[in-house]
Amino acid sequence: MRNLIALLAGGLFGAGLFTSGMTDTSKVQGWLDFFGAWDPTLAFVLSGAILPMAVAWRVAAKRKRAVLGNPLPATPNREISKELITGSALFGMGWGLAGLCPGPAIASLSYNGTGGIVFVIAMATGMLVARYVRPFEIVARLTGTGGKNEYQQG
Amino acid sequence: MVFEFVETDWVFGFAGGLMIGLAGVLFLLWNGRILGASGVIGGLADGSGWDSSWSERASFILGLLVVPFALTFLWVRPDTHLTENWGILIAAGLLVGFGARMANGCTSGHGVCGISRLSLRGIAATVAYLLAGAVGVVLFRHILGVI
Repeated sequence: MRNLIALLAGGLFGAGLFTSGMTDTSKVQGWLDFFGAWDPTLAFVLSGAILPMAVAWRVAAKRKRAVLGNPLPATPNREISKELITGSALFGMGWGLAGLCPGPAIASLSYNGTGGIVFVIAMATGMLVARYVRPFEIVARLTGTGGKNEYQQG
Repeated sequence: MVFEFVETDWVFGFAGGLMIGLAGVLFLLWNGRILGASGVIGGLADGSGWDSSWSERASFILGLLVVPFALTFLWVRPDTHLTENWGILIAAGLLVGFGARMANGCTSGHGVCGISRLSLRGIAATVAYLLAGAVGVVLFRHILGVI
């Protein structure tokens, strides 16, 4: 049953990315291009997506468990860490460079040609490397200040 | 500032956004999971998700692949305007994959799920990647002229 819901959620996510035009890299780069031909579509996509999710978080706060019996996500960590900001900045650079982020990269894989496949392979490699290469832990170990592992699974 | 915007774009954008949000609602309220594309994919890419959650991850990715593929036959085949420069594709893919995992989330996890929960981390991450993305586009498009 969890797999069926995951399949439906993935399908609906893909349909949403497809419908909103977010698999078109020129729309994403157009949104980021504040000094060129600015395209505000992404703001509409983000607000459309946030509305139902905001309701869902309120419902989740009143429940002990998810419908299928699993625990709901824990209260979020509030720490604005170096990893969070540096990682997001690196991610943003790549996002601007190609106009693709992980969801749309997979959603458009079937109609994005060879380039889409190259991007997804590079992205998966980057994800694999990130599990083992943790810059701030390396720096902390080298300087002897003690590292901290903020990575969570999933 | 020049606007490049077709009036129907915001309707499709908002409708598509609602679908993305509803997908997040399903995943959260039924499965108890935060819908984060980099988290779902990353767990399979780096091996950390090869546990009891692997089939849930694989099912999600299957839906994400198949539905847009079907829509290219049923509706339109969109032009994605993706660059054909392998150097850019590889550099961008590495940055996106590495950065999203380092930050523990991307546009869907920090952006959609984090902001809707008023999570401080989600909002900070979103501000950081939007700024970096805008700087990237200015740098690579307007200054270096490579994209």
